[in-house]
Amino acid sequence: MSAGKSIAEVEKEIIDEFSFFDSWDEKYEYIIELGKKLPPLDPAFRQDVYKVKGCQSTVWLGSKYKEGKVFFEADSDSVIVKGLISLLIRVLSTHSTEDIIAAPLDFIDRIGMSSHLAQTRANGLLAMVKQMKQDAMAYKLKFEMDTANSENPA
Amino acid sequence: MLGTDTIAPGFDIAKIREQFPVLSRTVKGRPLVYFDNAATSQKPAVVIDALMNYYRQYNANIHRGIHTLAEEATVAYEATRDAVQSFIQAGSREEIIFTRGTTESINLVAYTWGRQNIQAGDEIIISAMEHHSNIVPWQILCEEKKAVLKIIPISEEGELQLSAYYDMLNNRTKLVSIVQASNALGTINPVKEMISAAHAVGAVVLVDGAQSSVHLDINVVAMDCDFFAFSLHKLYGPTGVGILYGKKELLEAMPPFQGGGEMIKEVQWAKTTYAALPYKFEAGTPNIADVVAAKTALEFLKNTGPENAHAHEQELLAYATQELRAIKGVRLIGQARHKVSLVSFIIDNTHPQDLGILLDNAGIAVRTGHHCTQPLMHQLGIPGTVRASFALYNTKEEINVFITALQKAIKMLV
Repeated sequence: MSAGKSIAEVEKEIIDEFSFFDSWDEKYEYIIELGKKLPPLDPAFRQDVYKVKGCQSTVWLGSKYKEGKVFFEADSDSVIVKGLISLLIRVLSTHSTEDIIAAPLDFIDRIGMSSHLAQTRANGLLAMVKQMKQDAMAYKLKFEMDTANSENPA
Repeated sequence: MLGTDTIAPGFDIAKIREQFPVLSRTVKGRPLVYFDNAATSQKPAVVIDALMNYYRQYNANIHRGIHTLAEEATVAYEATRDAVQSFIQAGSREEIIFTRGTTESINLVAYTWGRQNIQAGDEIIISAMEHHSNIVPWQILCEEKKAVLKIIPISEEGELQLSAYYDMLNNRTKLVSIVQASNALGTINPVKEMISAAHAVGAVVLVDGAQSSVHLDINVVAMDCDFFAFSLHKLYGPTGVGILYGKKELLEAMPPFQGGGEMIKEVQWAKTTYAALPYKFEAGTPNIADVVAAKTALEFLKNTGPENAHAHEQELLAYATQELRAIKGVRLIGQARHKVSLVSFIIDNTHPQDLGILLDNAGIAVRTGHHCTQPLMHQLGIPGTVRASFALYNTKEEINVFITALQKAIKMLV
């Protein structure tokens, strides 16, 4: 659905989609639908180390790195949280580490999510974003170290 | 929205609701349904006015002032102590200590009586349904003193297994600290018989009355507890006012909790002597304004008729339980025979948090999560529950709104 589009383009797409909804009931229905459709998590990621801290629900977030791009997958026992992660994955997955790290992600504000969720839940959402960016940062550093090592073999 | 369910003559639910300004607001575009009373109750206008009136008319530091304002503030502050004494039917006003809340009241006992009386090998008994505030202070104490913490197990229905409790009691038992009504399950525990059993082996008993004090008639003398801890903010009063009741002879023998002003008789470099009860335990400038306004909350409850309020709350509990049972997939957590007016539940294939978000979107305030009872939730094998807790101003109509919203949420989520 997002193939070939930039992060900003996908964010705009989501903002447009949400602008069609008249009420939060409809927004939640959509988010829940996305949650139900989130592809299953690779069982290798269903471990404590992949749990995102700071959420009231349990959230597992895993990522894979292939040819300069990061691919995210996730699961949660809360279907609303799954729906929100699904949006984050749609925006960030398949992009370069640099783009992920630099992404402003203002779509979360623009669709009204940060103001609608209670503070504790909004913090959970931010914790997920932070984890995704940290993963990208780790891949970037590893790539740079690997490159440096291959250029200057010990 | 206003109720037709009148319990007793004089208990007019519409009139009661009118006295709570917040109940007329909307949330997410819908009339507020406030079912998070076990966390904190809303405040009637008279309490809010009393708080403002204090700051407008006679704000002053208490006890040592020579001037008129100080005298008025002192009289008002001490009048709340008398009101609390009467509310829990304590023998004397010296037995009423003001704290910040139930948590501080329990910690006060742990840090003073506990440090003075608990030794290596001693045993402290709590239950599996305690709030973290009645677990952690004792864990800290036991770790420090090499004492043993024992936990009374609970049954499937959420009742204490009393036979296990009686088996635990022995001459090493120094303290039993037990909740009178569970915030997560609603269970009302038979504290009176538990206290007399503990006394038989020479143990001291603290009763956590955070949830019970608003729903039950409290008589600390008849109950014969040694300590009773509760908070006024769950009793229609301001936040930041807790009470520790203690039997006079115990309080007198205990060392002070915090040092500072107010709690001293005479300070010299060589030796400081402490003030008499209750001031020995009230160091520093207390939360004067909230304490003063708390008296108005107790008066409000008294004028409403606590027995009418309790009956009304029990009716709400019965109705909510019946309506929830009729919903497919609902599992009630806590089905004790005697409960305070709260329902805790989970629903098959849904997360409590999702239900909480969707109910909030319908203007309904409930609590979701572990309710500060993680060991209990762990034992039940659930991440948490949805909890709806009722106060005297809630109505059956509100429960209907809640049930309808809940059914809609389930439809969306499952």
